Amino acid sequence: MQHVMFFLFAIITLGAAIMVVTTRNLLRSALWLILVFFGIAGIFVLLNAEFLAVVQILVYVGAIATLIIFAVMLTRQVMDPKQPRFNDQARVVAGFATLLFVVLAVIVTRVAWPVAIGAAPVDAIQQLGMDFVGPYAVPFEVASVLLVVAMIGAIIIAREHE
Amino acid sequence: MLSQYAFIGVFAIVAFALPIIGLLMAWLLRPKKPNPAKNSTYECGVETIGDTWVQFKAQYYLYALIFVVFDVEAAFVFPWAVAYNKLGVYALVEMVLFVAILLGGLLYAWRKQALDWH
Repeated sequence: MQHVMFFLFAIITLGAAIMVVTTRNLLRSALWLILVFFGIAGIFVLLNAEFLAVVQILVYVGAIATLIIFAVMLTRQVMDPKQPRFNDQARVVAGFATLLFVVLAVIVTRVAWPVAIGAAPVDAIQQLGMDFVGPYAVPFEVASVLLVVAMIGAIIIAREHE
Repeated sequence: MLSQYAFIGVFAIVAFALPIIGLLMAWLLRPKKPNPAKNSTYECGVETIGDTWVQFKAQYYLYALIFVVFDVEAAFVFPWAVAYNKLGVYALVEMVLFVAILLGGLLYAWRKQALDWH
């Protein structure tokens, strides 16, 4: 059952990912990307990483996808399906993409990844919450500062054009 | 544990199936007598002007970015809320600090009139 579900989510994720890069309409690509995020959330659930699955849907599907759709709507030319599919950099990019794929494939298959022993704890989210304010209190607060920095940076960049 | 996700699976199947069934039923039942007026884009009953693909204001993006920041914040608050009953006052202080730093960012956005619609 686990394997069936994994292959189902893998097919959904990869199929939607192929649609993202092949669809001519950029807005439709963004919508396919949402399906990719859902597929990855499903794989997180299969890995017992429920919190990551929830965050995946909350942040990626809820916020990042919205951000990408807004970014698409801000573009003028790129969204037109009549625009040429390739430009003069296509071959260089294809070469580097192949190289990256080979490197990633070698890393994934050759490295002896350590496997966690035993089942995932049932109250993992609660434990995470306790760790946030316990041993990882400083990184937790720094994350808040990081978010503020991102927000202020975005405002400065966005207001530059006015 | 995983079997509880079967409910979400059922909901997902129903959620995907319902609009497909709706569209399929409409396609089967509706009379097919198209004319140019029927085929035109419907927009609140008013005739559409120009292209649908216009460039949107950059301000939408700013709102979306601020939304992303507070969405990530919610993801951080969630495990804290689950563990709340097991934590002491210091945890509350830490979360207040966490939210206060972010509110500083919101205050910045407010003071810089990033939230105003131009």
